[in-house]
Amino acid sequence: MAAMDLPVRGVARAASPAALQRTGAQSVLRALTGLAALASFMIIFLMLFFLIMYAWPAIRFNGLAFFASPIWNIGNQYGGGTVVRNGFTAQSGAAFGALVFIFGSTVTALLTMVVAVPLSLMVALSLVYRVPRLIRPLANALVELMAGVPSVVYGLWGMVVLVPWIGRVLAPWVTTHLGFIPFLGGAAGSGNGLAASVFILALMVMPIMVATTRDVILAQSNTLFEASMALGSTSWQAMTWTVIPSVRKGVIASILLAFGRALGETMAVLMVCGAAINSFPQNIFSPVNTIAAVIVSQLESALTDASGMAQRSLAELACVLFIITLIVNIIARGIMRGADRAEGR
Amino acid sequence: MVAKRALTGTSPKTYASRTWWALSVACLVAVIGVLFFIFAFVIARGVPALRPEIFFTPTHGIAGGLSNAIVGTFMLVFTALVLVILVGLGTAVWTVEFAAPWAQRVIRFMVDVLVGIPSIVVGYFLYVALVELAGWGFSLIAGALALSIFMLPYVVRAADVSLTNVPSALKEGAVALGARPAMVISSINLPYALPGILTGVLVATGIGLGETAPLIYTAGWSNYLPKFELTHSPVGYLTYVVWTYISQPFEASHQLAYAAAALLMIFVFLTNLLARSFVEYRLGRHRGR
Repeated sequence: MAAMDLPVRGVARAASPAALQRTGAQSVLRALTGLAALASFMIIFLMLFFLIMYAWPAIRFNGLAFFASPIWNIGNQYGGGTVVRNGFTAQSGAAFGALVFIFGSTVTALLTMVVAVPLSLMVALSLVYRVPRLIRPLANALVELMAGVPSVVYGLWGMVVLVPWIGRVLAPWVTTHLGFIPFLGGAAGSGNGLAASVFILALMVMPIMVATTRDVILAQSNTLFEASMALGSTSWQAMTWTVIPSVRKGVIASILLAFGRALGETMAVLMVCGAAINSFPQNIFSPVNTIAAVIVSQLESALTDASGMAQRSLAELACVLFIITLIVNIIARGIMRGADRAEGR
Repeated sequence: MVAKRALTGTSPKTYASRTWWALSVACLVAVIGVLFFIFAFVIARGVPALRPEIFFTPTHGIAGGLSNAIVGTFMLVFTALVLVILVGLGTAVWTVEFAAPWAQRVIRFMVDVLVGIPSIVVGYFLYVALVELAGWGFSLIAGALALSIFMLPYVVRAADVSLTNVPSALKEGAVALGARPAMVISSINLPYALPGILTGVLVATGIGLGETAPLIYTAGWSNYLPKFELTHSPVGYLTYVVWTYISQPFEASHQLAYAAAALLMIFVFLTNLLARSFVEYRLGRHRGR
């Protein structure tokens, strides 16, 4: 479509005299809209620049321990004195190690993908090939509605229904009967934890992958599928050996987007993760904590830090999350653009 | 023998194929089942809690109504929408009408990347920058700015696509009649693209209604009806009620949380429905109906 438009703009420019084109309304409009278009740049760069500036004292104070230490402690706030490191001051006893949260974010997001990727592929395939034409619009509308459900609503359901069920039914059964498998044995816990977070996150990231996979398969012409069938493969073999490999770029991009979403999701995870501090998960039912969740749950106590270092360390966490998701998203969008261009879209 | 089995569809690989397809349909059914379970749960708990007085009394402490949160939610989303429509339409018009191809690519890329920014990062950034350093306090404008960052990409994308798809014949006709480019944009392109833009605005509204994390430390929370002040006056909103009131150990506060969740679902469902009906309208027009 864009390509078809180019000659038209050419026509517009050639048809109207240059003097008219640059007069009053035209240049004002051009300047104003150009200013608006700058906004999306400004948001991203300002945010990155500002957060790094604000977190700088914490980055210097914490050093590499930030990524290596599992202990998060805002220090003694009641007259214990202060410590100075690299020229920056915090309360004595303060330690800002984010390893637990970085580990938690990574593990929850990765496990979410392990659950959600096969499930989304299966759902997308059945949406395209097995759902009767009549109810297809309804199923598609459901997928879109699923994406629109506020994360606190997922969190609410998770807290009231899912977590008690995991705590009372699933976790005790799994730990007693399947406890011999690594990471499935040990304490059953309350239900708040890794398993609940992964379940909720998988539901939340699925619409992205289902919708994208569905669309790239639909955009693909049927020739590959038919040729594969003609060569004697079954419809499932045609699907998994020819159609899916042919749209793999789009699928990989959607997986990365979903991964970014899982890393950044805050509220639903906060409500079911069990808010672990200073401890790593022992099995899939243990409490965890993610970078996003800890920023919300720790800010209130960070505000009580007289030296302000706790707040700046949270900003350092926000920087880490921002940069990771930015990289994941940029790669995903790059792959997607590449796939679009290769397919001539 | 083998050939016959293959023809009648009973060879092992046919069985495998059928099993896999059955499995994929089972996955779909399971996911839809869980979704229905969640919706049914929210509606079953929330709708009975939607007593009429909830709409007229504000929250006080752990109980009361939701009027402050409902009004606050709409004020936040509306303020954000004003910002988003101005900036979003501007971005799309510039991208489609004025930008060089490389600039188009860059803008579209940046807008796409904007979708993936974690909500809490924006919330924390605006908390430090506006609430603390600029000294605006928990306020309507800080909350609305936070929301607008998440809503912007949806409006830009929708407007971008609809403006790009305006038929060339219309534009050429206008130019042939002597319209200047600014006039072509305002009286041909924008009206034609309006249904598409409205769809984007509605989708963005749905996103804004459901956000929590960017608001906690920007809009704050207030038990009172929002005053019409941009700064120094915290604003209540529905998602906050869902998040905090469900953790209180009182039945009355749980009821409020369910009611707020049901209201959110209803709002999101309505915006979704409206957005889809605009899409249908647009498709109908393209088919010449």
